[in-house]
Amino acid sequence: MSGFDFALIVEYLPDFWRGARATIFYSLTSLGLAVAIGLVMALCRMSQFVLLRLMARGYIDAIRGTPALIQIFFVYFGLPMFGLNLSAPTAAVIALGINSGGYLAEIFRAGIMGVDSGQTEAGRSLGMSYGKTMWRITLPQAALLVVPPAAGEFTNLVKGTSLLSTISVSELTRVAQQIVGVTFRPIEAYVAIGVVYYCLNAIIAQGAVWLERWLRKSQGLE
Amino acid sequence: MARTMAEEVARARVMPPPVVRIKDLRKSFGELEVLRGINLEIEAGETLVVIGPSGSGKSTLLRCTNYLETPTFGSVEVEGVPFALPKASRRAQERHLNKMRAQVGMVFQRFNLFPHKTALTNVMEGLLVVRGMNRAEAEERATAMLELVGLSDKLHTYPAQLSGGQQQRVAITRALVMEPKVMLFDEATSALDPELIEEVLAVMRKLANDGLTMIVVTHEMEFARDVARQVMFMDDGVIVEQATPEEMFSSPQHERTKLFLKKILRS
Repeated sequence: MSGFDFALIVEYLPDFWRGARATIFYSLTSLGLAVAIGLVMALCRMSQFVLLRLMARGYIDAIRGTPALIQIFFVYFGLPMFGLNLSAPTAAVIALGINSGGYLAEIFRAGIMGVDSGQTEAGRSLGMSYGKTMWRITLPQAALLVVPPAAGEFTNLVKGTSLLSTISVSELTRVAQQIVGVTFRPIEAYVAIGVVYYCLNAIIAQGAVWLERWLRKSQGLE
Repeated sequence: MARTMAEEVARARVMPPPVVRIKDLRKSFGELEVLRGINLEIEAGETLVVIGPSGSGKSTLLRCTNYLETPTFGSVEVEGVPFALPKASRRAQERHLNKMRAQVGMVFQRFNLFPHKTALTNVMEGLLVVRGMNRAEAEERATAMLELVGLSDKLHTYPAQLSGGQQQRVAITRALVMEPKVMLFDEATSALDPELIEEVLAVMRKLANDGLTMIVVTHEMEFARDVARQVMFMDDGVIVEQATPEEMFSSPQHERTKLFLKKILRS
């Protein structure tokens, strides 16, 4: 074994690029699903209807109480037992979306509860409905509180996509494994994708800073 | 005294219903009974000032008057229409509540302006969302109203950049622009620095003189003396006495009222 071989990374650059694109794709689509699920679950969790509250609570507890890998296996291998056959990419997006949605639900709930209750009262006293008050008054203010922890959850999601390698989705980690299978040089391949994951998350962190600044500005706080 | 049905009908024909009628209003928070049977009527153009020690139930009374708190018992009516529809579906009740609340303006101690909206868009919000007015008309109305309270140079300023007095004037305008049948002021000047109180009281005075129907919870006794048609003293969840300001401040009837006034007028 010689030292670290940069040439190897360069040689497989197109494959790494393909894997990175897949990782970005699965991260973004799952995030979209997770935000939708998270918002709905956060509102259910605070609903005046006991059944909705219990349902949301059960969902959040189940998601946070079990490993993401098991959830991915359940969606991909388990659901066919109930007659639901999903392709690996579809199962991947659904599983990660459901997983991340559970965490986002609590982040969103904390954000919504962090908005002064006087805001809701002011909206309602004008005659605005619960929904209108939530959408126009509470959520815009909650967004500001939610950005930092939600960005943290998004980086978890990006890293979580590496679990998809176990159900043969060709994202970064899977690509690296395949390269290692051919070259028998694990260090180069794994260092390379480690750097890619790091860069993706650095972009998210910076994006969150910009988003927060933009929100603050658009809300007259700066 | 109880009236017969015929008398009631005859009376209804001649007299419009009071703007606000509260009957045997009770409110409990768990074991704690905060309001213990409040009855009150307020006619159009009247200013009712509610005074009393903290914890006496004044704020809860106001918050029940627009159903921000749901009363445990009793009824609240605005121009003869009750807030509660006992037989309605949850959905219909909710819609009715929104409609009723749009007729009752509320001004809060801590202003509760929407921080992510400018003075102008704070005032426009109700017109756009509740009244369904188009943007141009809402902007025109809101601008005109803000000019009346001396804020024409602050239209595009966010609440964080306004003084407390300016914020409260925006908040009053936000409620007023909806043309409510009655305005509720919940200690509107209590959170203000002393030098900013007068600019808000001046606006409230003007509204009262213009004939707006108002229920005002306040510790500003001078305001009560000058502006109120009726002053009501509350303690421990009941109305202890209600009188004209002259009577209330010169010859209060109840021991509790005397004690309270002595304490508050000394400071």
